[in-house]
Amino acid sequence: MKAGCKAAIPLIIGGIPFGILFGTLAPTSGLSVWATMAMSLFVFAGSAQFIVLALIAVQAPLEIILLTTFVVNLRHLLYATALVPRVAHLPIALRSFLAFGLTDETFANMSQRYQPDSPLGNDHRYAHFFYIGSLLSFYIAWSSATAIGLVLGNIIPDMTSWGLEFAMSVTFIGMVVPYINSKAMLSATFSAAIASLYFSYLPNKLGLILSALIGVAAGLSVMQLQKMSINNQEKKI
Amino acid sequence: MNEVWLILGMFAITFGIRFVMFAFAGKITFPIWMQQSLKFVPPAVLTAIIVPAVVMPYGDIEISFTNVYLLAAIISVVISLVTKSLLKTIFFGMLVFLLLKLLIT
Repeated sequence: MKAGCKAAIPLIIGGIPFGILFGTLAPTSGLSVWATMAMSLFVFAGSAQFIVLALIAVQAPLEIILLTTFVVNLRHLLYATALVPRVAHLPIALRSFLAFGLTDETFANMSQRYQPDSPLGNDHRYAHFFYIGSLLSFYIAWSSATAIGLVLGNIIPDMTSWGLEFAMSVTFIGMVVPYINSKAMLSATFSAAIASLYFSYLPNKLGLILSALIGVAAGLSVMQLQKMSINNQEKKI
Repeated sequence: MNEVWLILGMFAITFGIRFVMFAFAGKITFPIWMQQSLKFVPPAVLTAIIVPAVVMPYGDIEISFTNVYLLAAIISVVISLVTKSLLKTIFFGMLVFLLLKLLIT
């Protein structure tokens, strides 16, 4: 468990500024203090929390916000699928606790732990304690950082007038750019960008979901086309 | 907006997604195309949020040198490509934005 806490340290250091940023930005987007804190405590999903803030700021309706949460967090299904063989033997109560804390960061920690060259060795009998340690320390760091952010936002007055709405955009830019490492990814983001402008007249931010779907479809198609052309080349040879 | 429903809903959805596989412990699998499409979701959603926010900050499409949001966003993309660090991108991107805002408006 200690090893898990230790392994989480780099990710915690990386995560704290975002927790603070979340706590500072949330009230300017129109979320109440208690809801901001509750979101970090109960939802515990960094990127989804930021996206929801952006949606609240433009007064998107609840259904769209929840639908977006669903779409954005679907990737956690992949994480869970990958970890199932490691947790299947544990009691269901513990499994539900581990599932609650299955964030991007904890998943990153766990994948490293299960690498054959992990410095902690190949004995995985107690690896779930490592999981618990990583989860708990990240959870505490994330909620404390949110609280600090809330306090900071309160001390510094009139933050909205600084154009902090751009802080959200620049955060998202920094998150998207590293993803774009292939033609398929480039097509996905480019089509989502064009579609989001084209559909911007749609009510209730429906355009967001639509554009995201178009982006995903474009990415998948390009990936498929690339596969087909590779297959064709192999046939010729 | 009812914040209680917001939090409850987000909790139920997020936890549900994370728990369903653990609960059934390997009795469900997903088709490959679905697994592949999931990796496109975060960048597509994020892009669909960023682009309207910076291209039409006041509600109409505004592609010009006086649109500080768009200018700062383009520069932030470059910063992100160069620094490859999220925190540095946020810091310098915000700095550029605030400077441009002072200069242009």
